[in-house]
Amino acid sequence: MSPVRRPWRLAAEASALLIAAAVAFPLYWMVLSAFKPAGEIQSTEARPWTLAPSLDSFRRVFEQQEFGRYFLNSLLVATSVVLASALIAFLAATAVTRFRFKLRTTLLIMFLVAQMVPIEALTIPLFFLMRDLGQLNTLGSLILPHIAFSLPFAVWMLRGFVKAVPEALEEAAYIDGASRSRFLWQILFPLVFPGLVATSVFSFISTWNDFLFAKSFIISDTSQSTLPMALLVFFKPEENDWGGIMAASTVMTVPVLVFFVLVQRRLVSGLGGAVKD
Amino acid sequence: MSTALRRGSGWTPWLYLAPALVVLGGLLVYPVYQLGLISFLEYTQAQVSGGEPTTFKGLDNYATLFGDPQFWQVLLATVLFAAACVVATLSLGCALAVLLTRVRAVPRLALMMAALGAWATPAITGSTVWVFLFDPDFGPVNKVLGLGDHSWTYGRYSAFALVLLEVVWCSFPFVMVTVYAGIRAIPGEVLEAASLDGASQWRIWRSVMAPMLRPILVVVTIQSVIWDFKIFTQIYVMTNGGGIAGQNLVLNVYAYQKAFASSQYSLGSAIGVVMLLILLAVTLVYLRLLRRQGEEL
Repeated sequence: MSPVRRPWRLAAEASALLIAAAVAFPLYWMVLSAFKPAGEIQSTEARPWTLAPSLDSFRRVFEQQEFGRYFLNSLLVATSVVLASALIAFLAATAVTRFRFKLRTTLLIMFLVAQMVPIEALTIPLFFLMRDLGQLNTLGSLILPHIAFSLPFAVWMLRGFVKAVPEALEEAAYIDGASRSRFLWQILFPLVFPGLVATSVFSFISTWNDFLFAKSFIISDTSQSTLPMALLVFFKPEENDWGGIMAASTVMTVPVLVFFVLVQRRLVSGLGGAVKD
Repeated sequence: MSTALRRGSGWTPWLYLAPALVVLGGLLVYPVYQLGLISFLEYTQAQVSGGEPTTFKGLDNYATLFGDPQFWQVLLATVLFAAACVVATLSLGCALAVLLTRVRAVPRLALMMAALGAWATPAITGSTVWVFLFDPDFGPVNKVLGLGDHSWTYGRYSAFALVLLEVVWCSFPFVMVTVYAGIRAIPGEVLEAASLDGASQWRIWRSVMAPMLRPILVVVTIQSVIWDFKIFTQIYVMTNGGGIAGQNLVLNVYAYQKAFASSQYSLGSAIGVVMLLILLAVTLVYLRLLRRQGEEL
């Protein structure tokens, strides 16, 4: 990196810290408000700290019927989608990068085009499809479409990682007598793992985020609902229960944050690998 | 290309591809076909419940849609709103990526962590928090700015601006992290040589870094266009289903309201088809850009 003069660097560092604080502020405010007692939330001074931290809002959230169940449902849906799409995408990415066959380029272009399909626009046909498959009001109606929507991006992203594994390694494995499936699972899979982590982050987030399908496909059996629905309960026509909304938002955000922090290094290097390819 | 895997492997790639193709065929291609089909039918609550037979209406639904001034207004709002989001996200993301390369470890880690936090926040909770920050009665923003009980979601433009802030907040991190990874991949000697030759920072960015970052910039731009064009949750939650009298509707929310709130599934599908075609056009531009860069598919 080119040398930067000292005052400039200090100014840059000060602004980086300020911007970091501004970017983190909404999350800070969310967690803070979740811990504020009701009186403080409604007070006209908006203090950036709390005088009497309380768990009342969290208690209200968890006392809400089946909140824990919604949480588990969300977790189950997101995990199923992550595992299934990672596995399916790994196989597909291997096929399109390490084999030459007719229609290979066509398929790649199809995966690219498939990424552009706005999933929200497909809510109507998917609603009828799920109805015909008997999946309405089940978690399957959330899992199945999300696997399909995560796949094209996952394949496209994993392609770079599979490509980066040297072919000499593959040749050597066969010379040593490894079978094709052994090479696939014991050599290629571990090497591509950082890429799988990066793609998993994307599919986890988009699934965990899902609001539209949960709203449209789980209509009568609320025990199959997911977290966003539990959050909406606190929006009331007379006056929103902001403490409850912030507590529920905190509970919904923390697992994703933890997941992000855990895979953070791999995510950044993963993006680097995917865009370099 | 790997000769070993290729040897005697006629069916193997298809075996590997089979699960992906089954899933995509059943849950993506078939629904797209259905979407197109429904947009040509008379399909309302009566047909859904089986009370009346479905009839083919040809282009009638499209005629109705294109004859509705609200559709054009929503289309225009969607395009302008998406464009504003993309420009803001890209400029902030790139500027901060460059900033990250200029600072030492501690400020860099702080900014990186804050950005990852915003990125990880689910759209729905991000929306609720931003609405709360700007709440006329209990939000800190009005207090600090001394705006009293000014309502941000009441006016059309201020409501769009509020949603834009949330969208930029949660999507600039993807651009920042990706572009930062790209800058780090540029060999240091190249930049050193440029600065030894007396090039200014702006010049180095324009003439050395930007061209090397082109492929990455194309990827993040296209991803942003796609994401911002089909925003749903933020608008739905922050403006309560599309704003007062639908003033903040974008195509996705408009389609949802038509289909699920007023049971006009055919009109909703026709809007979906229009969105699909617009995004397809964007994809074709993207493919051409990739081709021109000589990317091997």
